[in-house]
Amino acid sequence: MLYCQLSSRIRIPYAVSLQPNTTWSTSSNLSNEKSGHCTSVPRNANMEKLRSGYLFPEISRHELEHTQKSPHARLIRLGIGDTTQPIPDIITSAMAEHAHALSTVQGYRGYGAEQGNMALRRAIAETFYRDLGVKGNEIFVSDGAQCDISRLQMLLGSNVSVAVQDPSFPAYIDSSVIVGQAGKFQEETGKYENIVYMKCGHDNNFFPDLSTTSRTDIIFFCSPNNPTGYAASRQQLKQLVEFAKANGSIIIFDSAYSTYISDESPRSIFEIPGAKEVAIEISSFSKFAGFTGVRLGWTVVPEDLTYSNGFPVMKDYDRIVCTCFNGASSVAQAGGLACLSKEGYRALTRVVDYYRGNAEIIVDTFASLGLKVDGGRNAPYVWVRFPGYSSWEIFSEILEKTHIVTVPGRGFGPGGEEYIRVSAFGHRGCILEASRRLKNLYK
Amino acid sequence: MSLTQHLSTPISSSSSAFVAHSNFNSRTKNVSLPAKRFSICKCIAAPQEAQTAYKTTVSRNANMAKLQAGYLFPEISRRRAAHLLKYPDAQVISLGIGDTTEPIPEVITSAMEKRSRALSTLEGYSGYGAEQGEKALRAAIASTFYRNLGIEEDDIFVSDGAKCDLSRLQVVFGADVTIAVQDPSYPVYVDSGVIMGQTGQFQKDDQKFVGIEYMKCTPENGFFPDLSSVSRTDIIFFCSPNNPTGAAATREQLTQLVNFAKDNGSIIVYDSAYAMYASKDLPHSIFEIPGAKEVAIETSSFSKYAGFTGVRLGWTAVPKQLLFSDGFPVAKDFNRIVCTCFNGASNIAQAGGLACLSPEGLKAMHEVIDFYKENTNIIVETFNSLGFNVYGGKNAPYVWVHFPGRSSWDVFSEILEKTHVVTTPGSGFGPAGEGFIRVSAFGHRSNVLEACKRFKQLYK
Repeated sequence: MLYCQLSSRIRIPYAVSLQPNTTWSTSSNLSNEKSGHCTSVPRNANMEKLRSGYLFPEISRHELEHTQKSPHARLIRLGIGDTTQPIPDIITSAMAEHAHALSTVQGYRGYGAEQGNMALRRAIAETFYRDLGVKGNEIFVSDGAQCDISRLQMLLGSNVSVAVQDPSFPAYIDSSVIVGQAGKFQEETGKYENIVYMKCGHDNNFFPDLSTTSRTDIIFFCSPNNPTGYAASRQQLKQLVEFAKANGSIIIFDSAYSTYISDESPRSIFEIPGAKEVAIEISSFSKFAGFTGVRLGWTVVPEDLTYSNGFPVMKDYDRIVCTCFNGASSVAQAGGLACLSKEGYRALTRVVDYYRGNAEIIVDTFASLGLKVDGGRNAPYVWVRFPGYSSWEIFSEILEKTHIVTVPGRGFGPGGEEYIRVSAFGHRGCILEASRRLKNLYK
Repeated sequence: MSLTQHLSTPISSSSSAFVAHSNFNSRTKNVSLPAKRFSICKCIAAPQEAQTAYKTTVSRNANMAKLQAGYLFPEISRRRAAHLLKYPDAQVISLGIGDTTEPIPEVITSAMEKRSRALSTLEGYSGYGAEQGEKALRAAIASTFYRNLGIEEDDIFVSDGAKCDLSRLQVVFGADVTIAVQDPSYPVYVDSGVIMGQTGQFQKDDQKFVGIEYMKCTPENGFFPDLSSVSRTDIIFFCSPNNPTGAAATREQLTQLVNFAKDNGSIIVYDSAYAMYASKDLPHSIFEIPGAKEVAIETSSFSKYAGFTGVRLGWTAVPKQLLFSDGFPVAKDFNRIVCTCFNGASNIAQAGGLACLSPEGLKAMHEVIDFYKENTNIIVETFNSLGFNVYGGKNAPYVWVHFPGRSSWDVFSEILEKTHVVTTPGSGFGPAGEGFIRVSAFGHRSNVLEACKRFKQLYK
């Protein structure tokens, strides 16, 4: 039996509505018929700037429509990067034990430090930043990178300028819009007027041409990259750090997929000399430990990182963390600590290898069909090009004809047009079946 | 402000301004001493280095600069730590931060154990959950707390706690709204407003931020604001039962509040985190008041009901009928924020939450609440017997004791110095908190009894 359905519950991130029968209207025809009361609180203008046709609700809608149209189709979800493999026992036992301890007098704990359990902070420093000079107190444990991105945006405020890779993980742009940094959306270009988009494509081997990139205060950079799968080289990251230094910018480096790197590419921005004065690094246990539902991540804010007036960024971030957050779940943190034990880490490497194996199969599948394939080697995403085609067209065709859900590249920015992102999370059986169907379609 | 000055204002695990929801745990062995952790020595040893250190050219967020450096909890922690240094053998009792102390009932923890173990099985593994929360939990919250009030499963957004939800709500509202808060109040309302850019500068003379409407709540007005003298604001933060005063608004008062909001086209953000501590004859939800669904959002938490202060679980109810001035549903924007800036509460915590709302779980939660309520009675009785004017303590786990004419920080220090008991100075919650001390009722019974013994000794 192929466990191709991830769960009976369809996850609809960026969703317009959760319940199919709650219809949201974007116009004021939803004013209360009964009493006619609208408050006189103006809607946040920044929220209005968000695009209504978001990536994932749109995909979920297509998915729903498709399953309604073809109810007997065995859907294979290689769209959203949702982990599928069970978490190793050693980790879940630690969480179960912690939960149990909370029912005892000696084991009960109330509020934890908002910055995270010190043992976990140190373990993160030891595991991921050994010899890189990152200390436990520079690490802020969180409930995940997506949440941290927004906390960082609240920290930075509306008056900073931002650059993102194009294509990129949509949360950088969306959070920027929400906080008021992005300006208006321009239909012609598909870009927000105040955001600098650093194109990453075949022409530049998926690393931006920094010589033509305007200065911004903040540079979001994800490596290994979601969605392209590209891992920047040491040389390239050196360039990036130098660029940031020359411009007085701050890099927000997203290293959520670093454990998928299979070559010598740097796993942390802090491997680059000087990075501690220009960079913040965010990361997550989601794709490394299958913690997508458990919720655990971290952000490194070096002591040496300062604003133009010399004020340490870390101090303000700490303030945000203490004011707008109350720490990651103690149960999740207990799990995190077990993840970083020798045995736990070993067990997780096996799971990561499993997904890497999936990625290899997907890469081989598309390559064998003569398509241009990127990614898949240092990240759990495969980035496939269909020159001359709209990515939504390809997405629909694949869904229609093979019942496989992918993600149209355009959803990650204008630079994603012509590409499809195929995620490598899934049971091996589903991946193999997907491979068969795709070969059949495009032979 | 020089770099050295910045460095000397410590970052610590208790640098939260925020009274109840702080990390401070009297039983934590590793209370951090901020001064040590932040490189003061580095500066002294190499002042030249500090001056020529590289700076980015990114401007500091001016809103962050408006926040006051002397926060409530770092200051309390500093004093506690200094006190411990002075009296290393003192048995310090913490009735400051509202941190729960009693174990979580087994019916709840075993559900979390079960869910944890299930994650290591093929059938039981789940990845991303719905950002709004697991369906069963949303349904259970709706039926437990909002039965017959017209708040449904899909109006409920499960979160990692009220503190986090408050900031998410502020992100929804944005910088261009005006806010009103009770005075005194839970500091997160004010601080999140400052961070969002809703306020002007802090005025030292009246201890208020320009642009915030402070609604005074004192013994004179029965701890309910005189709405006839309150200016209109877009948003009204209202907490009942109240932190720190313990006052619980009556149905009549909440009706006034709802009507006030309706007349002014305002939105009430109603914090009901302590509702289960209120007596049965008092409203437990703003939605018990007719018309509230068109003017209010309600936020709540499992923290003080289930001892989930570290587990992290709460929820916010946003009615479908709540609309911005252009008719756009507030819930739609909140949903967008929840999907973009958040990724759901931990699935294990949610499993615990579901068990909390089972008949057995509810019974167990009520027992723990009753335990803390009994602590509260003991504290109230103690201060009453000493002749103080005591407020709160009946419908909330906080006792609000009046020390007329005295600075609350002075009283805080006096109590700490002479009885080794940590409390919270009322001025930390706003200017109208001056002259009051908040004593929280979370603690082991023996600690509470011992603390009261010491109070009696000091103030006999």
